[in-house]
Amino acid sequence: MKPLSGDRPGHPAATALILLLLAALVALPFVLPGARAMGTGGRIAIFVVLAASYDILLGYTGIVSFAHTVFFAIGAYAVAIPLARGWGGWESILLGTLAGAVCAATLSAAIALLSLRVRAIFFSMVTLAAASLAQLLASQMRDVTGGEDGITFALPPALTPAFRLLAEPLFGTRVDGRMLTYYLILAVALILFLAMLRIVNSPFGRVLQAIRENAFRAEALGYRVVTYRALASGLAGGFAALAGSLFALQLRYVGPDSVLSFDIMVDILLMVVIGGMGTLFGPALGAALIVMCHTYLQLALQSMPQTVRDLPLIGPLVGPLLAPDRWLLWLGVLFVAIVYAFPAGIVGTLRQRRRA
Amino acid sequence: MTGPLLRLSGVQTHIGRYHILHGVDLEVPEGRTTVLLGRNGAGKTTTLRTIMGLWRASAGALQFGGRDITRMETPDIARLGIAYVPETMGVFTQLTVRENFLLATAGGRFDQRRLQGVFGLFPILEQKFDQTAGGLSGGQKQMLAVARAMLEPCRLMIVDEPTKGLAPSIITTLIEAFRLLADAGTTILLVEQNFHLARSVGDGVAAMDDGRVVHAGRMADLAADEALQARLLGLSLAAHQ
Repeated sequence: MKPLSGDRPGHPAATALILLLLAALVALPFVLPGARAMGTGGRIAIFVVLAASYDILLGYTGIVSFAHTVFFAIGAYAVAIPLARGWGGWESILLGTLAGAVCAATLSAAIALLSLRVRAIFFSMVTLAAASLAQLLASQMRDVTGGEDGITFALPPALTPAFRLLAEPLFGTRVDGRMLTYYLILAVALILFLAMLRIVNSPFGRVLQAIRENAFRAEALGYRVVTYRALASGLAGGFAALAGSLFALQLRYVGPDSVLSFDIMVDILLMVVIGGMGTLFGPALGAALIVMCHTYLQLALQSMPQTVRDLPLIGPLVGPLLAPDRWLLWLGVLFVAIVYAFPAGIVGTLRQRRRA
Repeated sequence: MTGPLLRLSGVQTHIGRYHILHGVDLEVPEGRTTVLLGRNGAGKTTTLRTIMGLWRASAGALQFGGRDITRMETPDIARLGIAYVPETMGVFTQLTVRENFLLATAGGRFDQRRLQGVFGLFPILEQKFDQTAGGLSGGQKQMLAVARAMLEPCRLMIVDEPTKGLAPSIITTLIEAFRLLADAGTTILLVEQNFHLARSVGDGVAAMDDGRVVHAGRMADLAADEALQARLLGLSLAAHQ
């Protein structure tokens, strides 16, 4: 079996956007070396993995789950808890990451096995209940999770800002522990994304797509739909946990609001829908777009020239809408515009246009 | 004498609160083509879906190759060697023709001899091998559905109204396909309203009405007996050619 899938975004524009995203993420620390830019870049890389893992469920298998943040949180807490208790450095990260992924994959597959026999809407309700329960547990189990306050922890010295890998700056930029953390996250995220791409383009992925289109037909060909769906859920949960572990490394903090909030679940859904379900490349673009909007839309409104607000007639009308605290409104407008222009998501619609 | 490959005894099926099959008795002999006839709503498609386990029989028994399959799950039934071509063509429209084929192969690899045989019969599928099945015409989709069932050796092929709404040229191609399968010794259970095709390929016939098999016998006998045709089906075969 080839290590790479050979799958392409399917349209020159989509390919260009993906390459642009990759190049921007690779060059980011040297172009914008600030903590905010690197934080945004790392967050994009992590959410690319998280959204792509959700696409395995929603886009490739047709399963609507609201519990994806639970597995994300398991991965994050699995790294944070041992580090916060001072149980070693790199060993804790590695073992915590592996343990989190295995636990999340098992739990995700178990939830799927127990509840996928019911109708899709009931499965979604079960996952919603699981997400609420996880939020409650994370808040209540103070001794383990730190409760509402969460857990703050220290990373191994090589991943701290004080660490210098090179004595001299490279291309005018200091190569420190923060940059190492960023590239570690980026490299792992890239490997995980390629692994998911390999999976969805394998015979297993083909069966998932067949099940998504018509489960009865797939069964009549001899495929056990529940088993395949449970395996897909397990894989998606495992990858989400790995993304969670990366998130913990980036934030050096894990709390219910940072990994389990329903806002994150909504963001993941939007990333997949806006990017294009069942394309994997689409959720990657969706993740970049939404993380960028979250980070920079408010800033962009803040820096909107006063002249726009001072314009006669439209100034008094538009002015209040351009206030920085109205950024969510513009985010909504942007989403509606994208969905209108790209009904099957960005990559999905581009692929359809290419085929037509 | 060996028993039939497939036997249904007193099979009843409920779909929700509707009682569709009222005790179907049917035997499908090995190596023969059996055609299931009957007006719309007689229960033909439900019978096929019950055989595949897609609807669960509420009473009665189904045996395949001497094995009780009444309570078996659909994938297990399919793995016994039953290929099912449903009424709605059964292709995966978002996948390519190649991917549709691969789904039907054991281990995801083609038997080149069989693949070339299928291409010989349906050359258009070779031309459209890497196109999505959703872009095929209705007839091409039906060819794909039948071709997919021919890619692996199967003990029984169940086909539900393959010619529904198709052009005569495509029907001729499908008749040829079924004849080839029959010559190769494949057992076929075919639901068909097109009497020309039914008579061309059928060895045996079973007529259904109101969820029961009301007649079973040789196709040749039914084709020769216009009174029987009129009684069972309300119309003579000649009127449908």
